[in-house]
Amino acid sequence: MRVALMVTCINDALFPDVGKACVTLLRRLGVEVDFPDAQTCCGQPMVNTGYLDEAIAPLRSFVKAFEGYDAIVTPSGSCAGSARHQHGMVARRSGDPELVAAVERTAPRTYELSEFLVDVLGVTDVGACFPHRVTYHPTCHSLRMLGVGDRPTTLLRAVRGLDLVELPRAEECCGFGGTFAVKNSDTSVAMVSDKARHVRETGAEVLVAGDSSCLMNIGGALSRQQAGIRVMHLAEVLAQTATGGGQS
Amino acid sequence: MSARDEILDRVRAALGAVSTSSTTFGHPAGSSPDDVVALFAERVADYQATVVRCPPDELEAALRDALPAGRIVVPDALSVSVPHAVTDDRLTPFELDACAAVVTDCAVGIAETGTIVLDHGPGQGRRAITLVPDVHICIVRADQVVADVPDAMPRLAPAVRQGRPLTWISGPSATSDIELSRVEGVHGPRTLVVLLVG
Amino acid sequence: MTSTFVGMPKFPVAAREALANTQLRSNLAHATATIRDKRARVVAEVDNWEELRLSGAAIKDAALASLDQHLVRLEARLTAAGAEVRWARDADEACTIVAEVAQRHGIDEVVKVKSMVTQEIGLNEALQEQGISAWETDLAELIVQLGDDLPSHILVPAIHRNRAEILEIFQRRMQGLASPEELTDDPAVLAGAAREHLRQKFLTARMAVSGANFAVAETGTLVVVESEGNGRMCLTLPEVLVSVVGIEKVVPTWEDLDVFLRLLPRSSTGERMNPYTSTWTGVTPGDGPQEVVVVLLDNGRTRALADQVGRQALRCIRCSACLNSCPVYERVGGHAYGSVYPGPIGAILNPLLKGVGVDEQVDSLPYASSLCGACFEVCPVRIDIPSVLVDLRAQVVDAHRAKRWGGVPSMQTVAMKGAAATFRSGRRLRLAERFARLGTGIAARVGARAWTGSRDLPRAPRESFRAWWRRTDGGTR
Repeated sequence: MRVALMVTCINDALFPDVGKACVTLLRRLGVEVDFPDAQTCCGQPMVNTGYLDEAIAPLRSFVKAFEGYDAIVTPSGSCAGSARHQHGMVARRSGDPELVAAVERTAPRTYELSEFLVDVLGVTDVGACFPHRVTYHPTCHSLRMLGVGDRPTTLLRAVRGLDLVELPRAEECCGFGGTFAVKNSDTSVAMVSDKARHVRETGAEVLVAGDSSCLMNIGGALSRQQAGIRVMHLAEVLAQTATGGGQS
Repeated sequence: MSARDEILDRVRAALGAVSTSSTTFGHPAGSSPDDVVALFAERVADYQATVVRCPPDELEAALRDALPAGRIVVPDALSVSVPHAVTDDRLTPFELDACAAVVTDCAVGIAETGTIVLDHGPGQGRRAITLVPDVHICIVRADQVVADVPDAMPRLAPAVRQGRPLTWISGPSATSDIELSRVEGVHGPRTLVVLLVG
Repeated sequence: MTSTFVGMPKFPVAAREALANTQLRSNLAHATATIRDKRARVVAEVDNWEELRLSGAAIKDAALASLDQHLVRLEARLTAAGAEVRWARDADEACTIVAEVAQRHGIDEVVKVKSMVTQEIGLNEALQEQGISAWETDLAELIVQLGDDLPSHILVPAIHRNRAEILEIFQRRMQGLASPEELTDDPAVLAGAAREHLRQKFLTARMAVSGANFAVAETGTLVVVESEGNGRMCLTLPEVLVSVVGIEKVVPTWEDLDVFLRLLPRSSTGERMNPYTSTWTGVTPGDGPQEVVVVLLDNGRTRALADQVGRQALRCIRCSACLNSCPVYERVGGHAYGSVYPGPIGAILNPLLKGVGVDEQVDSLPYASSLCGACFEVCPVRIDIPSVLVDLRAQVVDAHRAKRWGGVPSMQTVAMKGAAATFRSGRRLRLAERFARLGTGIAARVGARAWTGSRDLPRAPRESFRAWWRRTDGGTR
C-alpha cells in the first residue's frame, strides 16, 4: 500500500512536530510513508471564506501531489473533511472535468489519522506510553463532518499510563472556525474562553485533539490565562513510547 | 399580471432553474408498546393531567367524582348522561366562560405521545366548548387508543376529508416561555381529566 | 409598540455589544441548556429518529419540487371549503390584504397567534399605520410587545429575558389585572397574569390573524401547533380569521403530516407532543370563524427556491433546535442577527430571501458561524446549514467581486489571493516559508490583533516540516 502524508499547511508551517510524530507513528506500525513535496494546502481557508476561485490552484497542487496513492493520511479532521466534502465543489467550479475526475479518486482515499489507524490498519493499541492525565477535545469537523466517533478515545485509552478524563461539554466548538476567529473575534473569544475553562476544570495536564488549528486556539487561550496546561496533537501522544522519542 | 400568476410563474421559473431529483420515502414506523392503554395513561399523566381508569359500568361514578361544582356544559350526543348539565346550543364565549367544566368524548387517543384528538363529531361538540371552560373532562375508551401518531392519521383522515377541524390535546394548557421551564395553565383549560374506560 | 430590525449593524458589531451584556449571556446559557437537554431526552426515546429526519426532508423536497401544482391544489381545496384565497408577492401586499379584511368589517383591533411570517412582514406596524391595533397573545410575544422589545428566538421570542425582568415588564405595562401588587416572578403566577390580561380580549375579539405551521394541499387543511391555548382562542372564537402562509409551508397529503407531528414537538419544545394542535379546513359551518381568508405569501421564497444549494432552507419547520444548539447563538443571542429569523437558520434564510450583495448586514450573516455543524446534527429536516453557509459566502464574495471590478479590493481579498498564489505549488510554499515565516505572516495579514487580544500565538518553529523532510530525507539522515 502506498501511503502519503498530507501534513496540512498549518502543521507544515507552525507545528512540524505533529508531522514528524505522524511519520514516527506510522513507521512504527510498519507503514512506509511518503511526503509528496508538491502538496500545499487543501484550500479550506479559501472555500470557507467564500473564495472558491482562489481554492482551485491549491486543489490542483493537491491532486498533483496525492494522485496515485492508495491512502492519503492527515493529522486533521478538518482538512480530511475538506478533501472529502469540499474538493468536489471546488473542482466543479473550475469547470475542468479532469480535475473533477481526479478529485473523485483522491477524496475517498483521504483519511484522518485515527480513521486510518483503526479502519485501515485495524489497530487500536499503537504501543504508545504516555503517563499523564489527559483530556480530549473532539474537534467539530472530525466529529460531525467525518464522524470519527470514538476512534480517537479508543486509541488514547490503549496508551500505557494515560489517564483520560472527560471534558465537560466536550462536543461544543472551541470557536476557531478558520477566519471566523478573526472576522468574529469577539464571539470566537467568548467561545474559546468557555472551552478553556472546561479544560481547566478537568485538572488534566495535557489537552489532546486531532486538529492543530483548534489546539492553537484553545492552547492560545490557555497560555494567555497561564493555565499551565499543555496542548498536544493526538499524533504526538500516540508517537510517545516508554523510551520516549516522540520524534523521528 | 395578478399576484397569483406572478408567484406561480416565479415558482415554475425557480423549479426550472435547478435540477429536481425525485426522492422516494416511506413513513417510518411508530413505536409499538406492549400495553398501549397503560402507556397512554402513563404518558397523559406525565403532562400533569389527571387520569382515572375505570370499567364501563363505573364510568358514571367516576365522572360524578371528577365534576367540579358549578355549571357543566356538554355537547350533543355525549355518550354518557351528565345530570344537570347544559347541552351546548351556540352558547356565547361569555356563557362558556361562566361554565366550570365541559365533558366530551374523543376520536382517538395516542399512547406514545399521551395525546387525545377530537374530530368534533358527535359527543365532542364544536371547538369553543372544550376551550373556554377551565376544566375539560374527556372520556377515552380503550379501543380508541392507538400506539403512535402514524396509527392515528388514517383514523382521523375521514373527518379531515369531510372538512371537519381537529383538536389535538396533550395535557392541560401550558407554556415554556419563561426560561424554558414548562408551567401548566395558561389560556386553555387548566385542568384536564381523562376518564379512561375499559 | 414593537420595534423593528431596520438599520441593524453588521453581525460582528452587534455581537460585540451583546457579548458585553452579562445578564443576557447568563439568561441565554440557562435557557438553551435547558431546552437542549429536554430535546436530547425525548429524541433519544425514538428508535428511528434518523429515518424520521430523512423522511421529513424527502417529503419537503418532494413538496417543493412540484410546488406550483400543490399551491394550485391547495387554493382549489380552500376555496371549495369556503375560504377566500389571496396571493401576496411581498410584505406590503400581504399587510394590505390583512388591513383590507379588517377595514371591510370596521374592525380596529385584532388578536394574533404567534407567527414568524407576520413578524417577517412587519404586520403589526403596518396595521398600526392603518389605525388597527394588533394584540400578540403568545406569552413570549406579549413579553416582547409589552417591553417594546425585539424577538430574539423563533420559538421563545423573549428567551433573552429572565423571570425577574418579565415581572418588571408586567408590573409596568400590563393592564387590566385585578391585583397587580400580588404578581411575583414565579412563572406560574406570570402565566396566570397573562391569562387574566388577555381573557377579555379573546372573548370579545372579532378578528384574528394567524400563520400556519403546515398547509395540506390535498385537503386544504391548515395546521397550527402551539402550547398555551392562545392559538385555539384566536382560531376559534372570532368571526373572521386571516392566516398568512408562506408558500413553502405546503405538504402534499394529510398522511405526510404524520412525520412532522413526530419531528416538530420533540425538536422544538423538547416534548413528545405540544399541548395543542389545531387543524381546520376553510369554514366549518356552526363552528369557529365563518369568514376565513388565507394569504399565500412569496416575499423572497421563490428566490430561495431558485438557489440550487440554498433551497433546502425552505424545508425549515421553524423548530429552533438549530438556535438552541448553536454555540454562537448561545453567546450572542438573537438580536445580533438583525432579523426575526436569528441563529443558524437565520444566517442562511435571510440572505436567501433577500439576496446578497445589496446590504452589508445581510452579507455579514453567512459568516456568523464557526461551521461547527451542531445545527445540521439536530435539524429535524436535515438542512445542511454549514454547506449552505459556505455556498452563501461564495455568493457574497462573487457579488462583491463583480462590484469591485476595477476598484480597490478588500484586505480579505488581498489575503486570500496572496494565499492562493503561495499555495499554487509546493515550491512556492517552500520559498514563502523560508523567507516570510508563513504562519505568522498569514496571522498578521488576516488580523493578528483580533487573535492576540485574548490568545497567544504559537512560536514559529525553526524550520518547517517541509524543510525538515528535505534536510533529513524524511528523517532518515
